[in-house]
Amino acid sequence: MATTIGEKKVTVFGEEEAKQLVNELRVVAYDSGRTRSYSWRVTQLKNIVRMCDDSEKEVVEALYKDLAKPELEGTLYELGMIKNACKVALKELKNWIRPEKAKTSLTTFPSSAEIVSEPFGIVLIISAWNYPFLLSIDPVIGAIAAGNAVVLKPSELAPASSSLLAKLFAQYLDTSAIKVVEGAVPETSALLEQKWDKIMYTGNGRVGRIVMAAAAKHLTPVIMELGGKCPAVVDSDINLQVAMRRLIAGKWGCNNGQACISPDYILTTKDYAPKLVDALKTELERFYGKNQLESKDLSRIVNSNHFARLSKLLDDEKVSGKIVYGGEKDEEKLRIAPTILLDVPRDSLIMSEEIFGPLLPILMLNNIDESFDVINSGTKPLAAYIFTNNKKLKEKFVMSVSAGGIVVNDTTIHLAVHTVPFGGVGESGMGSYHGKFSFDAFSHKKAVLYRSFIGDAALRYPPYTGFKLRMMKALMGGSFLAILRALFRGSKP
Amino acid sequence: MARYDVKTLGSDLEDMRDYFRSGKTKDWEWRNAQLKGLLSFLKQNEAQIFQALKDDLGKPQVEAYRDEIGTLVKSVRFAVKELKGWMSSKGAKMPKVALLTSGEVVPEPLGLVLIISSWNFPFGVSLEPLIGAIAAGNTMVLKPSELAPACASVLANVLPTYLDKKGVRIIQGGPEVGEKLLQQKWDKIFFTGSVRVGKLVMAAAVEHLTPVVLELGGKCPAVLDSLAPWPMKVAINRILVSKFGTCGGQACIAVDYVLVEKRLASSLVELIKVLVKDMFGEKPRESNSLTRIISKQHFSRLKSLLNDPEVKASVVYGGSMDEEHLFIEPTIILDPPLNSQIMTEEVFGPLLPIITLEKIEDSINFINARPKPLALYAFTKNQSFSKRILSETSSGSVVFNDANIQYCADTLPFGGIGESGIGSYHGKYSFDTFSHYKAILRRSYFTDFWYRFPPWNYRKLLLFEATYHFDYITLLLVILGLKRSRYRC
Repeated sequence: MATTIGEKKVTVFGEEEAKQLVNELRVVAYDSGRTRSYSWRVTQLKNIVRMCDDSEKEVVEALYKDLAKPELEGTLYELGMIKNACKVALKELKNWIRPEKAKTSLTTFPSSAEIVSEPFGIVLIISAWNYPFLLSIDPVIGAIAAGNAVVLKPSELAPASSSLLAKLFAQYLDTSAIKVVEGAVPETSALLEQKWDKIMYTGNGRVGRIVMAAAAKHLTPVIMELGGKCPAVVDSDINLQVAMRRLIAGKWGCNNGQACISPDYILTTKDYAPKLVDALKTELERFYGKNQLESKDLSRIVNSNHFARLSKLLDDEKVSGKIVYGGEKDEEKLRIAPTILLDVPRDSLIMSEEIFGPLLPILMLNNIDESFDVINSGTKPLAAYIFTNNKKLKEKFVMSVSAGGIVVNDTTIHLAVHTVPFGGVGESGMGSYHGKFSFDAFSHKKAVLYRSFIGDAALRYPPYTGFKLRMMKALMGGSFLAILRALFRGSKP
Repeated sequence: MARYDVKTLGSDLEDMRDYFRSGKTKDWEWRNAQLKGLLSFLKQNEAQIFQALKDDLGKPQVEAYRDEIGTLVKSVRFAVKELKGWMSSKGAKMPKVALLTSGEVVPEPLGLVLIISSWNFPFGVSLEPLIGAIAAGNTMVLKPSELAPACASVLANVLPTYLDKKGVRIIQGGPEVGEKLLQQKWDKIFFTGSVRVGKLVMAAAVEHLTPVVLELGGKCPAVLDSLAPWPMKVAINRILVSKFGTCGGQACIAVDYVLVEKRLASSLVELIKVLVKDMFGEKPRESNSLTRIISKQHFSRLKSLLNDPEVKASVVYGGSMDEEHLFIEPTIILDPPLNSQIMTEEVFGPLLPIITLEKIEDSINFINARPKPLALYAFTKNQSFSKRILSETSSGSVVFNDANIQYCADTLPFGGIGESGIGSYHGKYSFDTFSHYKAILRRSYFTDFWYRFPPWNYRKLLLFEATYHFDYITLLLVILGLKRSRYRC
């Protein structure tokens, strides 16, 4: 569908284009079977590694343009993790693809069984703006490893990254099976109208619902990586310096708090709070210097909408006078300095939504056990953190806090460990990925049962008699004695 | 028919959520007790269950045992045996770099779940998911189908006496009750039924971002290759019992239609006639081996499938119907038009279309041109054809040389794909589907890599890179100052 704006003809990606795209991919994914071949998958994965190596500079520049993201964050948390994911997939792919033998029992005797991983077919991946490369390519790696054709829709809120992704994918990957569609709401809507075999969405709950509603029309299964308020409980009697460093690394060190697994708020006791705040201040200064508003080691706020949103949280009269550190803002440069708020009320704005920014509220409790009520009264977060040396508290936290993932004595690192599933629960999402979990997320586990023609039990067939019923009960019950008894009794009524 | 009073729904569910929060249902003791209670229910009420199935569906006892009571007893015992193992946490390997970090994955219950079941296996598809929900430690509401009222009544009135009513609730009612239930907030919804209602369920789940499992249906094809006489007889018997001998064909995994080579068609039809007579006698209605049609509505639906003149002309066996008794005799149709309703929608009844092809290999394209089925059955001894079927078609499951029997396997995931469904269950898969697998990482306070923290410089970048690649040599060299950063220093 092309429209004319002024003298220029502008091609818009609408329903027609989306339909055509999906049809093209169906031919590739189903008829040609190209994406299912092991060598195709390996080639694409190797090309992704090459793509990352070759384009490091460009990626860092795009991230700087979109988010003023420090080079190290871009190189490590995005490219580094992407390459790692590829390497894990390349190393393990043969194992992942191999069918899994399943034990069979008396009820299907004689038989053999296996579970075969087959690709879903064509997959739509909608990614987010805060880690535009990681959250685009990591799922794509899973989809490719599982043998699917993929369409990636990067976030328009990170435009430089989005257009770089489109350029790089076209350059390095098989464009007949892996496509990038750039755009905003109209393009995404056009894509969501189509029938996909699986959709993965990373973002917020509001748009997540729109995606799931669209998927419901075609009975398309979805993975949703959403967010939530990730709490960090800080107990006393810990190595406070190390704890605060790790907290800072997980909060401001991750895109200046704009990350789904950043610790959102702190829960600590009234008694411990002053020590905690002092330690935080000391370490923050050590990391980011005196002029933190302009620190090159901190990302900026992504756009003016989010800047306004965060400002509003600070302007809330319920938190006036609670700012104990930071609070500086620069609207023109879209920068907010690391800000700590102490003793915020639970009904303040800042405690009612995911912050997704460099503001850290600290809630003060009478004793640390009260944190469970606070956490459980909210929706289930993507991650929950606790800093403690108290074994009982640790175990209680781990067992009773429901979250996507839990880290004890650190923050966010579970993102980097590919042997644990990464995903949410409840409002923080459904499904998980990373490592083999990515492969599984994009595979249909097809049960295959092989039976022979021998061993046909006439008692399965009508006409149904009392004898058949007794034999069947005995066989299904698995008790040899019962089988003998039934046989002995025969067809006597 | 008894109906639940939806006015109290909100507070009833809140009570259940409180009960879940108390942690009682997480204990192994509770879960084990509920499972044992289920087992007792099944064993002590066999006669009542048989009677209820007879009342609602005219289901023969052998079918009732084979497909419902027997499989349930098997599944409960399997769950009881495996439960501790399922509940245990699994350690996750950490890279060496993550010194003194331990990782594990722990299953936890989702909370309060909703199970909506269908009428064709009213006990089976109600209680199989229930086993999983209980094993995973949830609280749950089961809404059995109102189209099988006698069974729903046994479930709502007898079963609760064996279970903890605070944690497991059975709610009876029709579509209005179903609708009201779907408006509530659940931690998971497990639905067995039609595609049409499945879409409504998933749409309703969007409001609360509730994950769903949908066990739907589809047209399960049986690909029948040429076989020697004896295996052919076995194959046909298995197809016939899958269709006519399983709830009268009203089963999501019943063989829907058969694909066979043209040249074999006439001998196949003759053989089928003989074998159907062996199974159901000259007067099938008096054989006591056939389930009747569930309702007048479904009867009319099936009647209209056959009333299509071109379909009627293709009937080669059977075709007689008794509306008063909701009985349709086993009916075989040879090559009905492919665009007739009987070939475009799920039959779900005792009508078996046989579609002929030039070559049996054409069945692959035939199947792929249609929505992905819940199960695909292939009767063949040709290894390369088997491999092609496996890799070139997509379905929930594939069974070679038999049908329906995958339902009994505790170690195979049972579920659909595409229009035949989302998610799977049975055995450990039931436990998994009602669990959240939570990742837990524990770190000590020692061993932090100083380069983990800002201010950033290029040396730290290189160190990190080496760490990520588990490149311990480079790590050491950089630390010792023996390797220069590839970045500006």
